[in-house]
Order: sequence, then structure tokens, then C-alpha cells
Amino acid sequence: MEFYLQLFISGLVIGSIYSLVALGFVIIYKATKVVNFAQGEMLMAGAYVCFALTVQAGLPFIASFLLTLAFSVLLGLCIERLILRPMIGEPIISVIMVTIGLSSVLKAVVQFFWGTDIRVYPEVLPTEPVMVAGVPVAPVYVAAFLLSLLLFAAFTLFFKYSRYGIAMRATAFDQQAAQSMGIGIKNIFALSWCIAAVVSSIGGVILGNINGINIQLGQLGLKVFPAVILGGLDSLLGAAIGGLAIGVLENVCGGLAKDLLGLGGFREVSAFIFLVLILMVKPYGLFGTRHIERV
Amino acid sequence: MEPALDLLRVENIEVVYNDVVLVLKGLSLTVREGRITALLGANGAGKSTTLKAISGLLAGENGEVTDGSILYGDGSIHRQPPERTVRQGVFQVMEGRRVFEDLTVEENLRCGAFTRPTAEFAERLDRVYGYFPRLAERKAQLAGYMSGGEQQMLAIGRALMARPRLLLLDEPSLGLAPMLVEEIFSIIRTINEQEGVTILLVEQNARAALSIAEYGYIMENGRIVMDGEAAALLNNPDVQEFYLGMGHGGEKRSYRDVKHYRRRKRWLG
Ligand SMILES: Nc1ncnc2c1ncn2[C@@H]1O[C@H](COP(=O)(O)OP(=O)(O)OP(=O)(O)O)[C@@H](O)[C@H]1O
Ligand SMILES: [Mg+2]
Repeated sequence: MEFYLQLFISGLVIGSIYSLVALGFVIIYKATKVVNFAQGEMLMAGAYVCFALTVQAGLPFIASFLLTLAFSVLLGLCIERLILRPMIGEPIISVIMVTIGLSSVLKAVVQFFWGTDIRVYPEVLPTEPVMVAGVPVAPVYVAAFLLSLLLFAAFTLFFKYSRYGIAMRATAFDQQAAQSMGIGIKNIFALSWCIAAVVSSIGGVILGNINGINIQLGQLGLKVFPAVILGGLDSLLGAAIGGLAIGVLENVCGGLAKDLLGLGGFREVSAFIFLVLILMVKPYGLFGTRHIERV
Repeated sequence: MEPALDLLRVENIEVVYNDVVLVLKGLSLTVREGRITALLGANGAGKSTTLKAISGLLAGENGEVTDGSILYGDGSIHRQPPERTVRQGVFQVMEGRRVFEDLTVEENLRCGAFTRPTAEFAERLDRVYGYFPRLAERKAQLAGYMSGGEQQMLAIGRALMARPRLLLLDEPSLGLAPMLVEEIFSIIRTINEQEGVTILLVEQNARAALSIAEYGYIMENGRIVMDGEAAALLNNPDVQEFYLGMGHGGEKRSYRDVKHYRRRKRWLG
């Protein structure tokens, strides 16, 4: 039983990172209707930049973490400005292809600078496990989970109360009406990409502290799809819950399959099997928008 | 008759959609500061297009002002991004209300105040709730669940949050019951008088519009075909016949009965 509890807890932690990446994905989708296939590579870029600043440049971890955030803001701005803004008015499928291209470019750049080997972050937190629900858990796991939680709380407040948060939701609903309020929708698009880049790279840094990073990291972005499809493409709460659910589900199912059936790789595919099942039952996801209909 | 300032001067503008469809063909009009000016015309005449040309919202629909000029205050607002125009005090309430349905009433009002400093928000909000007490009662409700009339109030309230100097209203009576039309129009009048907001009012409901406006323009097919003081337009037999639904004998007559070519001949020929 303790084995499954442990799987559950580590699933929650990995799931909280999926949630962050899904959050970025949903924000971009809501504001611009672009399906961003480069979300995982944005995470990877953040992870490598923080690695380079900490290990190669020898900065204290907190400093390089903050610099990584600044880098992500710039990355988001550049992507929006140089790649997506010229695509405004093009068919949505072309824009999606562009994000696929972007993911390859980011991967190539990372490979050029850092190669394909696994890189390891220095230990930032103590390694002595703490007890959670009677199970020993590494402090970095606890920190990762709390940080994700904190970020979600912050964004919830941002979208509920701040001028730009409300403007982003308005723009998501009706761009032209938002423009008529004096909301500069280009700024809103740029802001969406910035937020998406920042939350993803935070996910990347957390992962770097848990595992080690390599060039395959970007593939984690694919896990976003089951997460957001479960939660609903345009729901922030959905992104949070979807990410957590997928993380737990794949860990526990993977463990079960190994235990009972002796299947090794089930963990990797379980999320996608689940994806198909959800689509069959609830095509809008658990929290996705169905349009308000007044009779 | 003290001479009032011309707040808005639209001079000979041409508007083209999708690079090919010419919708406005040399339209000119002037809006005096402090007045309500009505812009009337049949479906498809180009009224909404005119407002969008002024506010700059045309660009989002692949429309472009290809000729002429749009002067506001003592500068040009021609071809500038809409957010800039809003900051200069020109606010368009779009046709069909366009409230943000999955935002609450109060969040919608916050959007209206997007360009204004936070410090004045509470005071503006009180004022809007004063005009529209029903919005105050429903402030936490999602705008999508409001009735059509309430949504129109919200759309106007949202505009007031921006403290506009010039308000462009596109068919505020659209789809409302006669009682409600009266209520909305009397509030528009009040806004004009108490807030000193200049209003350019686009309407199908010519009688209601001319009853609160000082001056009116009538457009057809992308051009102004007639203009004058509202009282003069109300008494004009052509306007009575074609826009107010009265024949020369004063009997009711449907607008549909009138042959299109005949109207064109009278005004253009
Ligand atoms: N986005 C657009 N693309 C192409 N043509 C358009 C567009 N918007 C309007 N038009 C055309 O321009 C003409 C004028 O439209 P507009 O909406 O300005 O008319 P209107 O006077 O406001 O009519 P209504 O009273 O029905 O609202 C119409 O023939 C319409 O088909
Ligand atoms: Mg119209």
C-alpha cells in the first residue's frame, strides 16, 4: 500500500508540473485560439537556461531562477512579436504548424548549446526526506507541489481581480468588443505568451531540481493534451485538475500494470489511452465552455 | 444660437471591405460638441460602417478607410488603432450589445473602465448604478444570463465607465420592447445633458432618435442623402413617408410598400 501512496504523491508532484504547462497552454489558447505545440520546448528552454546560469555561470540558485523568469518573459515576447504577430489573419492551421516548427527550432538551439547528455542541477534543498501522510518524501517534491499551488492561486487572483486579467478574459470572449473598450489586443496576446513562457519555465526549473534534464524534456509538453482535454481547453481550473489527474493516473496505472501484468512501459501510454476515453465521453472536458444559451 | 464647436468632422470618407467592396462612397458629417446627432438609414446603408470607421474598429473586419479624413477635436483620428481613439475619449457601443457573457456585470463595467485610473472607478461605478439600478442588483451575475434590455443597459453603462467625450451608439433600441426603448432613450438624453457627453446615435427607429436628437443625417447606400435640424426632419414629408411610416394623409404606411427606386430618385435625382 505504501508503494501506491508513494506513486500517488510523486504523481501529484509530476502532475502539478503538467498543470503549470497546461496553464500556459490554456492561456494562449483562450486569448489567441492558437494551439501551442511548443509548450514543452518552452519548458525545456527555461530548464536549460536556469541550468546554465546556476552551474555554468556559477550564480546562486535564486538569482539564476529570477534571471530565468526574465529570460522567459523575453522569449514569450519574441515568439509573439516575431513569429505569431505576422501570422495574424492566416488560417489557424498554418499558425499551429508554425508552433510545431518553433518546437523543433527550440530543440535544435538547446541541442546546439548543451548537447544531448543528461545535465544535473546542484542540490538546492536538503535531501533528508520529510514524512507526508506516513510516507517519506523528498523536500524538493514538497516544494515543487507548494510552488505550483502558489502559482495557481496567484493566477486565479490575477484573472479575477486585476485590470489585465479581466481584460484577458474579455478578449478571449470577444476580441472586437474588447478593442472597443480600449484594450490593446496585441498587448494581450503578448502578455499571454509571456505568462505561458514563464509558467512553463518554472515547471522546467522544478523538474530540473527533481530529475535532471535532457533534450527529451520537451516531450513532456505532449502530456498537456490529455490534461487540457480532460479539464477543458479553455478552463484554468480544468488545467490544474487535469494536470494533477493525469500525473496521478499515469503513475498509479503504470504501477498497477507493472505489478499485476508485468507490463513495463504502460505509464507512458496510459495518459493517452485516458485521453481517448475522455474524448468519447466528455468532448468539452470537465470544465470546458459550452456556450451560454438563453431561452 | 451660439456657435458650438464641431467635435467630429468626417469628410468625404470612402470605406472598402476586403479590398473590393466599396461601402461608404464619400460620406461627410459633422457632430457638434454637446449635441445628440442622429444618423438614420435603412439596413445595409453603411451606418455601422461609419461608426467603425470613426472608432477604428474597422481594421479588425478587414475594412479600410481608403480616402477622406476624420477629424476629432483639433487632431486627426484617421487610421489610428482603436485603443488610442478610446483613450482620446471616443467610445463606440457596438450594435448587438456585445457584452462579455461569461464575465459578471461588474467585471464588464471594469472592462469599460480599462483606460481609466483605478482611483475614479468607485465613483464612476456609483454613477452608472445610479442610472441603471438594475445593474446594481445584478452586479455579480454573469452578463450572458441578463435579458436583452439589461444587456443594453450594461453596454451603455460600460461605455460611461470610460468617461467618453464622444459616444457612438449603434442601434441601442435593437430588439427591445417599446417601453424599454423609451426608457433607454430617456437615459441617453440624461447622459447627454448631465454628463455633457456628445452623442452620435445610429438608429433604425427614426422617430425615437429624432425626438431626442438636435440634428439628423439620413444615409442611403454609403452616402448622406439628407440632413437638417431634427424638428425639420420630423416634419419633412419625405422623411415622414419613408422613415416614420406615414403617408401624406398622415395614415400609417409600411416602409415595405415603398418602391426602392422611387426613394433613390427623390433623394439622389
Ligand atoms: N465585415 C464586412 N465585410 C464585408 N462587407 C461588410 C462587412 N460589414 C458590413 N459589410 C457590408 O457593408 C454594407 C453596410 O453595412 P453596415 O453594417 O454598415 O450597414 P448598417 O447601415 O449598419 O445596416 P443595419 O441597419 O442592418 O445595421 C452592407 O452591404 C454589408 O453587407
Ligand atoms: Mg448596423
